[in-house]
Amino acid sequence: MRKSPPRVNGWILVVLVCLGSRAPLSAQSPNDANFLTQLGKLRDASYGDKEKIIEDLGASGYPNVRPVLRAMLEDRLYFRNSDQKVFLVKSAAQGDSTSLDLIDPVTLKSAGSASIENLTEIGINNHLRRILETTLARFGLSSPDVSVRLDAVLEIEKSLDDSNVALLRERMAVEKNSKVKKEIATVLALAALNDGSDPKALLNAIATLRGSLNTDVRNRLQGLLDRNPDGSYVESDAQVRAAAAEAVTTINHWRSFYSVIETFIFGLSQGSVLVLIAIGLAITFGVMGVINMAHGELMMLGAYTTYVVQLAMPQHIDGSIFVAIPAAFVVAGLAGVLIERTVIRMLYGRPLETLLATFGISLILQQLVRSIFTALNRSVVTPSWMSGTLQVNDALAITYNRLYTMIFTLMVFGALLAVLKFTRIGLEIRAVAQNRAMAKAMGIRSEWVDAMTFGLGSGIAGVAGVALSQLTNVGPNLGQSYIIDSFLVVVFGGVGNLWGSLVGGMSMGIVDEILEPYAGAVLAKIIVLVALILFIQRRPQGIFPPTGRASENQ
Amino acid sequence: MTTTKTKRRYTLWISARRDPGSRWFLGGLGLVSVGVPILNLMVPASSPLHLTSYGLTLIGKYLCYALLALAVDLIWGYCGILSLGHAAFFALGGYAMGMYLMREIGPRGVYGNPILPDFMVFLNWKKLPWFWYGFNHFGFALIMMFLAPGLLGLAFGWFAFRSRVTGVYFSIITQALTWALMLAFFRNDTGFGGNNGFTDFKDILGFNLLSDCVHVVLLVITAVMLGVSYLACRKIVASRAGRVIRAIRDSETRTRFLGYRVESFKLWVFVFSTVLAGIAGALYVPQIGIINPSEFSPLNSIEVVIWVAVGGRGTLYGAVAGAILVNYAKTIFTTSFPNAWYYALGTLFVLVTMFLPRGIIGLIPNRARLRGDSNEQSASE
Repeated sequence: MRKSPPRVNGWILVVLVCLGSRAPLSAQSPNDANFLTQLGKLRDASYGDKEKIIEDLGASGYPNVRPVLRAMLEDRLYFRNSDQKVFLVKSAAQGDSTSLDLIDPVTLKSAGSASIENLTEIGINNHLRRILETTLARFGLSSPDVSVRLDAVLEIEKSLDDSNVALLRERMAVEKNSKVKKEIATVLALAALNDGSDPKALLNAIATLRGSLNTDVRNRLQGLLDRNPDGSYVESDAQVRAAAAEAVTTINHWRSFYSVIETFIFGLSQGSVLVLIAIGLAITFGVMGVINMAHGELMMLGAYTTYVVQLAMPQHIDGSIFVAIPAAFVVAGLAGVLIERTVIRMLYGRPLETLLATFGISLILQQLVRSIFTALNRSVVTPSWMSGTLQVNDALAITYNRLYTMIFTLMVFGALLAVLKFTRIGLEIRAVAQNRAMAKAMGIRSEWVDAMTFGLGSGIAGVAGVALSQLTNVGPNLGQSYIIDSFLVVVFGGVGNLWGSLVGGMSMGIVDEILEPYAGAVLAKIIVLVALILFIQRRPQGIFPPTGRASENQ
Repeated sequence: MTTTKTKRRYTLWISARRDPGSRWFLGGLGLVSVGVPILNLMVPASSPLHLTSYGLTLIGKYLCYALLALAVDLIWGYCGILSLGHAAFFALGGYAMGMYLMREIGPRGVYGNPILPDFMVFLNWKKLPWFWYGFNHFGFALIMMFLAPGLLGLAFGWFAFRSRVTGVYFSIITQALTWALMLAFFRNDTGFGGNNGFTDFKDILGFNLLSDCVHVVLLVITAVMLGVSYLACRKIVASRAGRVIRAIRDSETRTRFLGYRVESFKLWVFVFSTVLAGIAGALYVPQIGIINPSEFSPLNSIEVVIWVAVGGRGTLYGAVAGAILVNYAKTIFTTSFPNAWYYALGTLFVLVTMFLPRGIIGLIPNRARLRGDSNEQSASE
């Protein structure tokens, strides 16, 4: 960057003006036409002119400058030969692509596509590339949006040089947001480490970096402790080395702390899937003594319902899940009631036969789905608000779908508890579970309660299927892969005990997640299984054994 | 006991001959072990009566399945233990045989390594894992075919029965057991060929496994094993211990209160059954020519249970009939209407449990069946 320093100073002035007096230069004032005229000039400008235009654009403060310049940097800025209009394209031209998807520079919406022959790329050279990078960084840093500023800082971190550092220093002076400030301080400290001649500056930088959790930072600090091949330290100052070593230890300490938390959260989210499946089982198992081997397939029905709902409303994928949840509950619930009325009703008091019959039903349901939807996996779109990650800090990130699964499980669990506790049907279900004969004597139609109970358990299976459709592939074998695990949860937690299922599922999820890095997924499963068998030795009735009269019905 | 003295006047053989079910079964078995060699080896290939190698393998397979069904019927029909993991013991026996057959290939494998089986060479293993030692001797392998399923059954049963895991709980845990084993055997590092299992066997005890003659011998051995196991099972259920076992089926708590050590009886009969399953697996592998981890899949185990249910549990010969019938149906369905098989199987599960609690044997009029213990109506639990 031979020529940059003088220009930088000038530009900082402009930036400061932008910030100081937002009104004339802020997002709204330069109108779209102005912006388009500037863009239009890029068509046949020389590289020198382009540089000027880029700088003008950067100064304009127009919000779309950022995507447009970014596109230019990534060779994604074209003009159409027919009408000379400038467009962004979605992805840079590959070797074999013949047409490109156009994006309007003003609205940033899709503007159809065009054949590659009708488009001409607006070319740049290496010098312009650097100009673009700097302009983008500066533009980003002065953005009113905090997240854009943060992105800009992180972007700069990847290509630190004197001019960028100067830019950051300037920004640091005026930055108000503490998060951005902290990030800038980190990047500046990293830059100071790079310079690395003055021990005092180094110590300051290390002191700043101590609180960071970033792996880059840790590796850089670790780098200060390296030795040369002849055994002498790369860094000569012992004080700096000691500070660096201490900082690395601190960072490692915190990182491992957060990784424990991460494992815990992952385990909880794994476990919450199991809980979601197991509470449905626990209801039918606990209340009716029925092992429902078709439970997994009812889940599969729920997952396919989600798929069908998304097919039915392709315009509203984000909202479709709110339609899918009740729909899946109803579909699976009705299927459950149907199964109960036709088959299970005939087999009460014969749990082993029920197990076999429901297994037969599960085979039929699987094949039915294979006949209708083919054996191929169907993809269910994850709503946009469920994708992405929640970045708590550099060491801890949670994907939103895990988070929502956990929340969803707790909601379903709470709803189920409420139904059992506060509604009439809940009261009747509990009464029949406790003592069928007595409940009947009190005038409860136990047959109807059975059907409702089974419907409720199946409906919850359907709802679990909605959750699963967001986590795994939706295919005919969806149910099988989870069902054995969830049976174990039911056995572990104590039959028919919802709290037992909750605790059992969560702890199995966590144990799985803890063991996995050491033992591998399969071995972890086997260890859990063996542990469970040993556990049953101590407590044959699970964590929360049934008490009172119910325990005598074994 | 005086009653047992009078009972013992009949030898096992005579008592079996007096039972029409047994008579049909043993007669049929004899017919198969005589007829199959004749039809395959002596009838010329051009004759319509000639039994092809395919048919030979098929019959061999059915007989192995029948033995497995017998094992399941012994514990389910007579002791009320519903194991949804018996295919695991079957597969373990099969793997023990498979390991011997793999070692027997020797330097004739694709990679020509005299010690290591092909898949180990392929996975870049340097030396034979310890648990493969000794499998080059048939005798050792033979012992392992009994020990591997038997010891697993012993350990598992000991834990399960001692803590009084009964009924559906036991079923679920056995299902989890076979599922865990399936996962383990699917891994390459476990040392059993991973996904592909064992195949490409060359010979057994020096006899070429590709020749029909060897297959005929294997089939006859299977038939004899099936007959002997059947008689042994009958002996067990007719003995005093057999009465206790049936008492456990009908009311475990009452039997315990009468002073019997319920756990010991259950464990004993369970282990015997796992060994039978292991033998079935060991005989299955050389005839089919392949063993892979999908044999452990929970569905396989449940299918065995449905064979027994279809045939009629608590009769032993019913289990055999069910195994052969269902598998014959499966062969026909999967070759002619592959999509309909699961519908048919599923419907079979539902209909048999709902309408035929005593299986097809239960359809035969009462008069024809032997009065006596093997045909008591089986209790539901």
